[in-house]
Amino acid sequence: MRSLSAFAAGLLFALGLWLGGMTFPANIVGFLDFFGEWKPALAFVMAGAVGVYAALYPLVLKRRAPLFEPDFDVPSAAAVDIRLLAGAAAFGVGWGIGGFCPGPSLVALGAGARDAIVFVSSMCAGIWLHRLALRGGAPQEESSGSCG
Amino acid sequence: MSLEYLRAFEGGVLIGLASIFLLIADGKIAGISGMIGGLLRTQTRLNGWRYAFLGGLLAVGLALRLSGRIVFTPLPGRSLGALIAAGLLVGFGTQVGSGCTSGHGVCGIGRLSARSLVATLTFLLAGAATVFVIRRFLGGSL
Repeated sequence: MRSLSAFAAGLLFALGLWLGGMTFPANIVGFLDFFGEWKPALAFVMAGAVGVYAALYPLVLKRRAPLFEPDFDVPSAAAVDIRLLAGAAAFGVGWGIGGFCPGPSLVALGAGARDAIVFVSSMCAGIWLHRLALRGGAPQEESSGSCG
Repeated sequence: MSLEYLRAFEGGVLIGLASIFLLIADGKIAGISGMIGGLLRTQTRLNGWRYAFLGGLLAVGLALRLSGRIVFTPLPGRSLGALIAAGLLVGFGTQVGSGCTSGHGVCGIGRLSARSLVATLTFLLAGAATVFVIRRFLGGSL
């Protein structure tokens, strides 16, 4: 049931990304182009998604547990530190260059788009490089702050 | 409101509902870079839900393509090298910053997390600056 529900959530999520135009990098870059020909559509995607989540989140958390798991697994980190800022900034630069964030790139990969094959491979390499960098440094505890 | 904006809003509502469904069913945050990072980090049976969710994303791309829908059009003015750099930055950056558009932008802000709001404003600003530099100083291509 656990995997089936996650699969269904993935299907619905991807449909939303596609319908919202997120799988078309020109829409992303157009939205980020505040000083050029600004395309505001992405703001409506964000408003719809955040609005629904913010409205229903407190209701869901009133339950003692999720349907198919013993506990809710929700990030507890609250710190705004240099890691958060630097990581988000690096992500933003990559987002502005390619017009892809992780979710939409996987939908485009499913459709067999060449650019998505290149992007997703590089993204996985970037994640792997991060693992390597961590291994070289101080041991890192499994972060409960990961928001994905 | 134009039809394009209505569709965008509807897409957003679906994204929000999907994320809430993942929370109520499995208790998980719909953070996609975190799911991929989790898969590349550890191989345990606990990864099942991650495979399933990400498989759902791929499946929709394939199904839309097979049904003749346009899923993707390439961004003009981006070289192969630029795409590779973009992927590396997105992969590395989301792991350092613990999240991307879905985890921070949708779920984090939806949970009223100040940390996620700061992260989202940061990547929006960095993205806007990048697009500005590419268009203004690099003639729109990279």
